[in-house]
Amino acid sequence: MTGESVIPVFGTGVKFRFDTVRSAWVVLAPERLFLPDEQAVEILKLVDGTRSLGGMIDVLAERFAAPRATIADDVTAMLRDLGDKGVVRW
Amino acid sequence: MVNAFAAPMGLVAELTHRCPLQCPYCANPVDLHRASAELDTATWRRVLQEAAELGVLQLHFTGGEPTARKDLVELVAAAAGFGLYSNLITSAVRLDETLLGRLVQAGLDHVQISFQDTEAANADRIGGFPGGHARKLIAARAVRRAGLALTVNFVVHRQNLVRVPAMLDLAEELGAGRVEIAHVQYHGWALPNRDALLPGRTELDAATEAVEAARVRFKGRLSVDYVVPDYYAARPKACMGGWARRFITITPAGQALPCHVAESLPGMVFPSVRDHSLAAIWRESPAFVRFRGTDWMPEPCQSCDRREIDWGGCRCQAFALTGDASRTDPACEKSPDHAVMMAAVARQSAEPPDFVYRRYGAAAETAG
Repeated sequence: MTGESVIPVFGTGVKFRFDTVRSAWVVLAPERLFLPDEQAVEILKLVDGTRSLGGMIDVLAERFAAPRATIADDVTAMLRDLGDKGVVRW
Repeated sequence: MVNAFAAPMGLVAELTHRCPLQCPYCANPVDLHRASAELDTATWRRVLQEAAELGVLQLHFTGGEPTARKDLVELVAAAAGFGLYSNLITSAVRLDETLLGRLVQAGLDHVQISFQDTEAANADRIGGFPGGHARKLIAARAVRRAGLALTVNFVVHRQNLVRVPAMLDLAEELGAGRVEIAHVQYHGWALPNRDALLPGRTELDAATEAVEAARVRFKGRLSVDYVVPDYYAARPKACMGGWARRFITITPAGQALPCHVAESLPGMVFPSVRDHSLAAIWRESPAFVRFRGTDWMPEPCQSCDRREIDWGGCRCQAFALTGDASRTDPACEKSPDHAVMMAAVARQSAEPPDFVYRRYGAAAETAG
């Protein structure tokens, strides 16, 4: 991950969807499954194949009325973790 | 939410026991179902719908060889319609561009291709299918060209373990997003072949080291799943994530099982999806309730602080090695039966004996 201009996308074979049985968002991947926490869900909802990391930080900083630098750290760390798991790439 | 009655996560659909390969470590029962005993398309459709309604998220089409079923594309389309994530676990020797195109169109999400080795001659000998390895390579590349996620699976044992580094390289070269290096589990056909398959400690340690190095090298682009051999383990595996906690397996003839080997357990009656709804089977059937949770556990499991991590290990292995399915898995070093595993390791011969190949009637020929 280098800079806020990168555009995160879901990894090949990864689906992010709402499960009505559990009333929860789930990440479905090849023979793996993740139940993302609330923070990860808010971030993953913004992964649309066109929005940059910077754009995602802008949206979340405004929504949570938080300092942009704090949000930037959180979002970057979370995406890096999701990247290590193969859920997203850029 | 996570309790004994939480919804299942995965359904393993064994569409058929028919398979062009004859791998001597196949997890299918030695008493294979014939084609005439298989569930029909309409019943499978109903089962898939019930699975989705029950909370199943991922569907694993397997077998035998699932592409041997003429209605595979129809079932993949049905699964997609019910919102299930579908995974095809295949030998791929019959997976050509035409079939792949139809499967993609139907909504398939992921393909797992099994390889028997990286050296074609040995791979074909192990699978008992001449020319199979070359076909798998072609199919794996076609899967990636079709834009599908690919897992490459290697079942490893003393007759191919030395090539684990080459296996990891092949997975990378094929563009897989996931690779499984899975030591043989000694169920089904593998138990009578154990002396031909169980590796030595030195070879095992070298393979484990290669896996650890690859995990670092591939981080974020190719995930490495490693299934260690119980015979050298100190702790048992949480088999299927615990009995009837996460998975339901449906056999070709329609029996519902908490794991794909459970039919090996005597005295247990497994309900059929021909007679019961999946929800009733999951919640109430005695076979699913029998080893669910921790109440059934003997010592040393009952007082062990890992009882909700290991879930007592594998019931089928406990039965196969001790004759009692309710004992602690002998893979655990705390098990009073752990010595039976040590004995199998100690008995190893310098040269592996011949394979008993998986085919209809073969086990009876040698069981004698």
